[in-house]
Amino acid sequence: MLTVHVEADDAPWVDGNALAGPLGEIMGTDLTVAELTCAGCRTTRPLAAMRVFDRAPGLVARCPGCEDVVMRVVRMTGRVLVDVRGSLIVSLPVPTA
Amino acid sequence: MARAAVPGRLTWQPAIVAATRAETATARTLVLDVDGWTGHVPGQHVDVRLTAPDGYMAHRSYSISSAPGPGRLEVTVQAVTDGEVSPYLVDVAEPGDQLEIRGPLGGWFVRRLADRRPALLIGGGSGVAPLMSMVRAATNPTRLLYSTRSPSDALFSADLATAEAAGGGRVAVTKVYTRVAPPGWPAPPRRLDADALAQVAWPREADAVAFVCGPTGFVETMADLLVDIGHDPTNIRTERFGPTGG
Repeated sequence: MLTVHVEADDAPWVDGNALAGPLGEIMGTDLTVAELTCAGCRTTRPLAAMRVFDRAPGLVARCPGCEDVVMRVVRMTGRVLVDVRGSLIVSLPVPTA
Repeated sequence: MARAAVPGRLTWQPAIVAATRAETATARTLVLDVDGWTGHVPGQHVDVRLTAPDGYMAHRSYSISSAPGPGRLEVTVQAVTDGEVSPYLVDVAEPGDQLEIRGPLGGWFVRRLADRRPALLIGGGSGVAPLMSMVRAATNPTRLLYSTRSPSDALFSADLATAEAAGGGRVAVTKVYTRVAPPGWPAPPRRLDADALAQVAWPREADAVAFVCGPTGFVETMADLLVDIGHDPTNIRTERFGPTGG
């Protein structure tokens, strides 16, 4: 079992940069530069700037403004589920050559 | 099967430990050789995966601390108490060992060569690792503010001095010690505060970009202080490593 040592002065989240690998693997593109519009407070931020709670069975991204969930990623055997109901818009840059 | 990664697809690739360098008593740099590695953008990370003899796998993200280049990269790892991956990387792995990596990862916390703006890099503890890559690759004016507990906790001491000396004035390094300062250090140990930040920050008209990396609390504090002293919030990029489960 994984034992997590939480430093007393530390918050229990990382940021959306941590989703680059888990999402890149299935999407084939870097989603951390995607801008998400939070369905809760309607502010727009790059996924990289969201708070990601990663010490759970899934990965949960929350808006740092209102703390609503903007994305959930759960890995199952053979499938990855991405729940984006907390994001109104996912806006991606057009790939450059 | 060919080992080369399919272009456009992110897959696990074998990486061979070519060498290791102790940075402190609890942190180590691993030099990794990866077939077909084409380099990275300073600030990016890789995921490192270990597989136990029984097939159990664990992976963690580590920042790339080397300058970009083909075929080889370096990650710098701080051992985390009770961690699953980092103690192996810091205390056990040796040259010749094979790991798996995927990456380079992340397109947001990056300093691209084409970005001509001056940069302020702020690192807390082992959060200096991706900033070290930016310092090594710096072609534009770059200031690094590095907060560390004590001289014995400081990463990259020699490399930072080398980069500063070789930078011809382009690279400036300022250290703040939070618990123990070296003998003769001009300031007592202290937390990084607005005053210390204001002393190294670029003037507002410089249109500087700031990169902040460290423990979550450190990053939140520094990002807030930067805004307080007038830094444009849209030019602040952050990377938090949180409660490291390393």
